Amino acid sequence: MSDNIVEIDNLSFGYKGRLLHKGINMSFARGKVIAIMGGSGSGKTTLLRLIGGQLKPTHGKVLVDGEVVHKQNRHGLYLLRRKMGMLFQFGALFTDLSVYENVAFPIREHTDLPESIVRDLVMMKLNAVGLRGARNLMPTELSGGMARRVALARAIALDPAIIMYDEPFTGLDPISMSVTCNLIRSLNDALGATSILVTHDVKEAFSIADYVYIVANGVVETEGTPDDLRKSELPFVHQFVHGEVDGPVPFHYAAPDYKKDMLRGHDAE
Amino acid sequence: MLSKVSSALRGIGHRLIDRVWRFGSGARFFVYTLIYSGESFRRLHLTIREIYFTGVMSLIIILVSAFFVGMVLALQGYNTLQKYGSSDAIGVLVALSLVRELGPVVTALLFAGRAGTAITAEIGLMKATEQLSAMEMMAVSPIARVVAPRFWAGVISMPLLAAMFSMVGVLGGYLVAVPLIGVDNGAFWSQMQANVDWRVDVVNGVIKSFVFGVACTMIALFEGFDAPPTAEGVSRATTRTVVNSSLAVLGLDFIMTSFMIGA
Ligand SMILES: Nc1ncnc2c1ncn2[C@@H]1O[C@H](COP(=O)(O)OP(=O)(O)OP(=O)(O)O)[C@@H](O)[C@H]1O
Ligand SMILES: [Mg+2]
Repeated sequence: MSDNIVEIDNLSFGYKGRLLHKGINMSFARGKVIAIMGGSGSGKTTLLRLIGGQLKPTHGKVLVDGEVVHKQNRHGLYLLRRKMGMLFQFGALFTDLSVYENVAFPIREHTDLPESIVRDLVMMKLNAVGLRGARNLMPTELSGGMARRVALARAIALDPAIIMYDEPFTGLDPISMSVTCNLIRSLNDALGATSILVTHDVKEAFSIADYVYIVANGVVETEGTPDDLRKSELPFVHQFVHGEVDGPVPFHYAAPDYKKDMLRGHDAE
Repeated sequence: MLSKVSSALRGIGHRLIDRVWRFGSGARFFVYTLIYSGESFRRLHLTIREIYFTGVMSLIIILVSAFFVGMVLALQGYNTLQKYGSSDAIGVLVALSLVRELGPVVTALLFAGRAGTAITAEIGLMKATEQLSAMEMMAVSPIARVVAPRFWAGVISMPLLAAMFSMVGVLGGYLVAVPLIGVDNGAFWSQMQANVDWRVDVVNGVIKSFVFGVACTMIALFEGFDAPPTAEGVSRATTRTVVNSSLAVLGLDFIMTSFMIGA
């Protein structure tokens, strides 16, 4: 058994020919919280989908627990996914099921536990995210932040070895933000899991992560512990960590020169 | 000029290839649904729940339509039959029209509008809100959990709905023909009994509505599953469900009828 539960080896991927990732290498040690940071549209959600085997890499490979994800058949892939829990960017709760049934869903699907034990498990998970009292609500009756926490309870229902969080902090108030922050760390340590945290929030990510990867332009620009990165003098890291507008990271999606684009007028399209 | 022609031809070609491609992925989707059906049979409560949503909830519109169709059939039929002095045959006319054609076809058209659109919109929205992705990531196949139960619910509901359509239609025809117009009660029923054949009429009608059930439900499910994950994508998919189901039902009806009458 390798020390790294997830290894990403020279991974390239693109939608419709345009390469989004151009040779990414990462390795996630067991038991750690790893943050993946990068600008909007830099392919972070896509990276999580590649780890989960929902997309196939163009080149390179992702290894989860020593197995190449895209070489698995459906059965193998499902076995791998049972080790993973994923918190989607917008929660993705099942709208036809109550909060309770949403959290119970993976338990019912994958085990034959009696109802009393299912109930205990669901209550434990809901309690962990502070929403035991909301168990009878429907997803449409929850706020965005509450929905995300229910989705988190669902993602950890079967005590996964890898928990993936896609932007868990967006749209949370400062209090929920630090609560979620602590929750990610304490769940990780309590379950003995490895957490992959995708986010733009530098402060939160640096406060809980053991190791940080910053991706830009399709490659890992920098990596290191939060302390290393804070001290880093690289202009790119400095810009990112301190949120400066001017610097090597472009704000714009690749586009022709602005002035030329405007002067070309209406005949261009 | 030449370039316009060639670009028009290319456009037609593209659209044709697109159709063939979609048809192929639809066929593949159908095969997957059948493969995963075993898994979904083990969770029978899901299928039963869907029978309630697609079948039971469509009952009212289908029964009311059937009643009116039956009444109109009797009125129109009587009008023509009495010119030839054979108004006693009104019961046969009503029953045969319903059992052979109108029962299966009108039920399928109403089903596409009532249940098919609901299925497409629901699955399309589940896709747009990443619920299907989330299910995949929980190692639960959306085809086994979401698609297959709805498929079997549609396939089971359709023949039952068509049978009820015919039954209520005959009742509507009876009410117009016997109490209202004054056709002889005994003649109405005995002629019907003598001339409606179990194998040729009833079984063929059931076969038709079974095929329509497969076609309509499959189209609704595929359009939902294949919809672009946006509000616009889902709304277009819903429209396509109604259009494609209706065309499929009418086309299949013609083909099946020609075989059944020829045989
Ligand atoms: N299904 C898709 N088809 C085609 N292109 C896509 C698709 N999904 C995402 N993209 C493109 O891939 C790029 C990366 O998308 P992704 O969602 O991975 O970004 P992200 O890093 O998660 O961004 P954000 O921080 O805004 O969530 C975007 O430029 C987007 O246009
Ligand atoms: Mg994203």
